Amino acid sequence: MIYGVSYIAIAFFLVFVSFVLGLSFYFARKTKSASNYYAAGGQIHWAVNGVAFAGDYLSAASFLGICGMIAMVGFDGFIYAVGFLAGWIVALFLVAEPMKRLGKYTFTDALNAKFNSRGITLAAAISTLVISIFYLIPQMVGAGDLVTPLLGFPHWVGVVLVGIIVIFIVSTAGMTSTTYVQFIKGGLLIVFSTILAVYIFNNGLNLKPSIGDMKHHEYMLLDAQVDAGKVIAVDGYSVVSQQEVKGMQVVKIDKDGISRWFNLVEVAGAFKLSEMLSIAESETGELLYNGEPKDGRKFYQVGHMSKIIVDGKEVEKTGPIGPFKFLSTIENGEIVRLTELKFKDEDRKVSAYYQNVTSGKDFMLPGLKYKIGKGSTFWDKMDFVSLMLALFLGTAALPHILIRYYTVPSQRDARKSTILAIAAIGFFYILTLFMGMGAAVNGVFDVESSNMSAPLLAKAFGVGLFSIISAVAFATILGTVAGLIIASSGAIAHDLMDNYMQRNPTDEQKVKAGKVAAFAVGILAIGLGIAFKGMNVSFLVGWAFAVAASANLPAILFILFWDKTTAKGIIASIVSGIVVSLGIILTSPTMWDKYGFDAADALHRLENPAIFSFTISVLVLYFVSLATQKSNIRVANVS
Amino acid sequence: MKHGPAVELGVDLASKKKARLGVWFFLIYFVFYAGFVAIGVTNYELLGMKVIGEQNLAVVYGIGLIVFAVVLGIIYNAICTSYEDKLNNTEKS
Repeated sequence: MIYGVSYIAIAFFLVFVSFVLGLSFYFARKTKSASNYYAAGGQIHWAVNGVAFAGDYLSAASFLGICGMIAMVGFDGFIYAVGFLAGWIVALFLVAEPMKRLGKYTFTDALNAKFNSRGITLAAAISTLVISIFYLIPQMVGAGDLVTPLLGFPHWVGVVLVGIIVIFIVSTAGMTSTTYVQFIKGGLLIVFSTILAVYIFNNGLNLKPSIGDMKHHEYMLLDAQVDAGKVIAVDGYSVVSQQEVKGMQVVKIDKDGISRWFNLVEVAGAFKLSEMLSIAESETGELLYNGEPKDGRKFYQVGHMSKIIVDGKEVEKTGPIGPFKFLSTIENGEIVRLTELKFKDEDRKVSAYYQNVTSGKDFMLPGLKYKIGKGSTFWDKMDFVSLMLALFLGTAALPHILIRYYTVPSQRDARKSTILAIAAIGFFYILTLFMGMGAAVNGVFDVESSNMSAPLLAKAFGVGLFSIISAVAFATILGTVAGLIIASSGAIAHDLMDNYMQRNPTDEQKVKAGKVAAFAVGILAIGLGIAFKGMNVSFLVGWAFAVAASANLPAILFILFWDKTTAKGIIASIVSGIVVSLGIILTSPTMWDKYGFDAADALHRLENPAIFSFTISVLVLYFVSLATQKSNIRVANVS
Repeated sequence: MKHGPAVELGVDLASKKKARLGVWFFLIYFVFYAGFVAIGVTNYELLGMKVIGEQNLAVVYGIGLIVFAVVLGIIYNAICTSYEDKLNNTEKS
């Protein structure tokens, strides 16, 4: 997408980011011991911790990804919100309190509280690293997407910027700073999302949404002369070529030396060419947006309703509308989405986006991304079940979420923190439904990346709201990335160096090793963030959840609830969970497309691995534990 | 190698009862959650049925799962707190 730079947005953004950094340094001065660095000394107030929990959890995936996916595919995006929240039930009811009694600094310590096993230390540290890196990818992708409309920089600059700032924060401060940063950011995100939702309801629905500087684009519909299925003439244009792509007739036409692609449709018995958006990339990497270079600024944001029905009558607009009327009016109408078609034209790789008129009924149901209705296959349904399983089971197994259990003084406080977090996150997730739907119908959707839907909707309502929301979103990413890097550096410095290699470093050496590890993980995250550009961040987070659910959760649950669990069982379960989930993800249709192959040729049809990887991990833990009962030596009984 | 919590916790005599309660609450929620998934894959059309105030079952069920999680959490906290007050204070007296 092509965006103008807003200096007000930049000014606010810089002030906010400076404030966050200043806060980090303020608390950094108070951080001396290893206990302070990793777990804030166990003395954070439960209410602060609860909102910080929400701040941790409401990462780029929630604000950018869920809203973006709802704007793109409707209710299927909201499924992520439901699943992400439901995961807290596992965390609260099964894991929170027992873990609090088991752990010291990291997830690995908690797992190893019963068995003094170096093997568990190694397996759990690797699992923490793998999950953190999978979770870091979407955060970095989101960061890159965010700076494009905010600062006018390319995607990679945003990724590098976040990487550098976070490495700086983490290597100078630690958990105390990130707890307070997350607290402020979590609170701001919820408040300003509520304000955005109020704007959406006040604006209502409109067939030609024009909010502020965002003017509605009237799509061209050209008369075409067709002979034997081939377009032979178009008034004012010369016909260049025609090809069939996925059952659609795509026609390239030229005017004043500018070539664009249209799709052939039949309207009331007459042939028409319907305007498509297009991005064409030459072999040298040169990009043409709607036939012109980027500077021509001929690309635009999309998404509107083509039919609005109120009280049984078709209307142009609704005026201010209540939240539930807003949803039901969308359901009763029609939405024009822009759907991508990829094809080759001479030497150019073309991504064309055609107008896909979707009934509101379909938009408000699952099925546009995860096909579970008519025409769906067994594997489509399996993929949906697998996603829901990963979202449900993944939360409690995320290392950067678990670490926050240790930052409050008592179990009672850990519980209250978690419930406050569930309430705050739940409220926010309900808002995502309105923000995502609002972005889908108000002409703000960026076809190149769904992730910016909510901030771009805010931009339409005013640069002030946009700058605040963007700054909060950026801080969201900073905080989440910081938390993940702390979890990763803890895994390397504390678990691997201290516990596995048994080097017995001093407190000072431990903190230093943590900082070096944070730097290395940060650099890796930058590289992956650039590589995964353009993917929806919620979808990517779904993978992190699947790996976490498969690698960590069986180990956590068995150690808490089954006395016959052995160290070898835990190690085998963690390893099989990582290997199977990674194996399925890396051979999935989405990754096949990333490798440059046709997604249809992928080794299998599953995008989400949890249904297999979690099940296998559980079975492995059970059977290996049974088979190794003789060697089951415990060092402590902590139940 | 030392293991233990970052802060020292006292003996919690309510921990077993709380753990059992947690499992029950988890199962209740799991059934509700699995119900949504099951309807989706076995009787998809049902999700489009209008149920409350012109909203379809998918929207009502989805928002319902979020609200239900919060409600269950609050009830769970209240019961756990009463367990702790009763069992731990009894021991002290």
